[in-house]
Amino acid sequence: MTPSRATNRLAPAAALVVLALTLTACGAKTESGEEAGASGAAESCVDTSGDTVKIGFLNSLSGTMAISEQTVHDSLELAAEEINADGGVLGKQLEIVSEDGQSEPTVFAEKAEKLITSDCTAAVFGGWTSASRKAMLPVFEAQDSLLFYPVQYEGLEASPNIFYTGATTNQQIVPALDYLKEQGTESIFLVGSDYVFPRTANKIINAYAEANGMEVLGEEYAPLGHTDFSTIVNKVKAADADAVFNTLNGDSNVAFFKEYKNAGLGPDDMPVVSVSIAEEEVGGIGVDNVEGQLTAWNYYQTIDSPENDTFVEAFKAKYGDDRVTSDPMEAAYTSLYLWKGMVEKGESFDVADVQEAADGVTFDAPEGSVTVNGDNHHIAKTALVGKIGSDGLIHTEWSSGEPIEPDPFLEGYDWAEGLS
Amino acid sequence: MSALDSLYRSSRARVIIGFAVAAVLLFGVAPATMSTFRLGLLGKFLCLAMVAVGIGLAWGRGGMLTLGQGVFFGLGAYMMAMHLKLADAAQVEGSGGVPDFMLLYGSGVVPGWWEPFRSPVVTVLAILVVPAGVAALLGFAVFTRRVRGAYFAILSQALAAAFAILLIGQQATTGGTNGLNGFRSFFGYDLADPVNKRMLFFIAAGALLVMVAIARQLMVSRFGELLVATRDQEDRVRFLGYDPAKIKVVAYAVAALMASVGGALFVPIVGIVSPADVGVVPSIGFLIGVAIGGRATLLGPVLGSIAVSWAQTSLSEQFPSGWIYAQGALFILVVAFLPGGLAELFTRWRRSRRTPVPDDGTATGDGGDPGDGPGPDESADITGPAYSGRTS
Repeated sequence: MTPSRATNRLAPAAALVVLALTLTACGAKTESGEEAGASGAAESCVDTSGDTVKIGFLNSLSGTMAISEQTVHDSLELAAEEINADGGVLGKQLEIVSEDGQSEPTVFAEKAEKLITSDCTAAVFGGWTSASRKAMLPVFEAQDSLLFYPVQYEGLEASPNIFYTGATTNQQIVPALDYLKEQGTESIFLVGSDYVFPRTANKIINAYAEANGMEVLGEEYAPLGHTDFSTIVNKVKAADADAVFNTLNGDSNVAFFKEYKNAGLGPDDMPVVSVSIAEEEVGGIGVDNVEGQLTAWNYYQTIDSPENDTFVEAFKAKYGDDRVTSDPMEAAYTSLYLWKGMVEKGESFDVADVQEAADGVTFDAPEGSVTVNGDNHHIAKTALVGKIGSDGLIHTEWSSGEPIEPDPFLEGYDWAEGLS
Repeated sequence: MSALDSLYRSSRARVIIGFAVAAVLLFGVAPATMSTFRLGLLGKFLCLAMVAVGIGLAWGRGGMLTLGQGVFFGLGAYMMAMHLKLADAAQVEGSGGVPDFMLLYGSGVVPGWWEPFRSPVVTVLAILVVPAGVAALLGFAVFTRRVRGAYFAILSQALAAAFAILLIGQQATTGGTNGLNGFRSFFGYDLADPVNKRMLFFIAAGALLVMVAIARQLMVSRFGELLVATRDQEDRVRFLGYDPAKIKVVAYAVAALMASVGGALFVPIVGIVSPADVGVVPSIGFLIGVAIGGRATLLGPVLGSIAVSWAQTSLSEQFPSGWIYAQGALFILVVAFLPGGLAELFTRWRRSRRTPVPDDGTATGDGGDPGDGPGPDESADITGPAYSGRTS
């Protein structure tokens, strides 16, 4: 082992690094961040010359989120099937490219880029967690393509390349708080999973409570997937609030509600308002454990309207009588029809034309009439508070009566100043 | 020694040819034949392969089952991501140099421990020094107490779990589960520009080749021999007068450095780092490629890691919900029938072609599980020059 040998051996590798650096020192430098994004954007490769047009579905079909996202995938397929049977969009049949997000943000980003640049899809539908949306956002902006995101979320975002067809905070959380206030609730306890949605939601709830004379008696977080809730439930019990605001997500709800019931608590003495429990989850938690508890959404399977009857019937006919429909599924179903509406209004699949045409596009969705807001790309939706019934379905208890205009940054609320 | 020497010479020629082929593939063939998207994917795989090189050294050669490389990968990735976030924020008017997510979810004030990462020089130095330093400190504390085998594996895995939980809990300063994302530039270069994406790929390819060169250098050196000796018979090494703890600390720190650089380059190429990339599951994921490729060999970990990543992507494109079974089946097959990884197949094939003279001198993977067997009759073997190893 002599030193000369060592240098000999490392020489080729060192030379390569130098080569690499010289070969490539010619990319665009950023002058101001805003302009650079547009100049570097790739040319769209969407092919609209044939009888078909490609769209992408990007949902987690494996991993922890698969159980939720598969249902969204199912309802997207139903919508595509219906649209194709009805003559397609601008006379073109939809050709679906499905990708698995694997419940991982990095995979969502990777697959989104694949759908846009390799498959040349005109628009992509999917995503569930905030992390997956945040991971995809820069991809859609850099490639100047479109994402339709179907899940209620924490707000504070408005990308020109994303259409948000789930509720933002002023269409779900704020109405739920209004409802509690109407019911004479004076104190609440906050329980949530430890991630961005519950933390942001609770920030908003704290601001609302302070402005409306409500007292927040406690704020507890559990890691995602946590299943031991004895400590938290004891704290809730000791606090003896008028109501509990629950932003737990996934499996944790099963453990929480079992523990809640074991502790002798129930909807009569301390109701729990949940924002992540829909029809699909009620079955998993067990109707016994959550009967009589409250949820806040924009759609329930029990909504009585011709549009919803058709939707529920078609879904059950395609996937089986034991399946239920839920808010995110309905929002995904609606998103495909809204995209169709935008494309037909703008008479083009081009991203800029769709963005231009988006404002004011309406659809008689199963949840009721919804309208796209061209400024923030969210949609006006009616807020509902429902009670979980013994049949495992959720029944509307309270409704905002009319669609609420989306306000993702809560600019129309004095108490929310300083939140965003 | 002459037989060993000639063997060494021929293997040296092989190494140079190998590097040349790899360089042509990575710098010539790949960019010429692949789309920007595929090239970016390959770049991501190369970053993961860097972690694998380190694991090959620490686990394959050193016998330390590192189940927590996500920590070092994450440290490198987050430090790079913090710099990119701060650099982007400095270009946005009206933000006051505060990253977007802090304005939305945090206090709107950049915490003190972020500040050093405004400087590109400090960032690069920190990426090179901090994870290796952490690994050295940790390794020193653990290995001098002779913690090894399954206990070390559990410890390193717990560290990965704790690290991910810590990141999730500090949403205002680390981005929580969302992680850090939405980078626009890399040291002043626009990340959306395909030319710059190719530059990043070249940097990753160059870094990987350098790491493989370093790993080879370490393997054939006196240190490499000691490392293998420590893996196979730690007590005997101690009786010969060497300190096994120091040897292991060095290998562990080098592995951490490689993981850190891989993480740092992963960030601009992939565009996001989140706790999902640093916790227990990805840490185990790093091992799968290494085990399948052949952990004790030089190229086994790299090729295994790239092959597994590639298979995962292409299988998941073909069968969106079935790919995971294929990966599991391959892993089980390898563990059950080829404990030395696919490299073992290659070695067996080469041996069968040669005359049946056993060549004990080669550094190719023996594949056999070194295990933690009881040290047999050590007393009979104390023939070392000095018996200076202090025992406490």
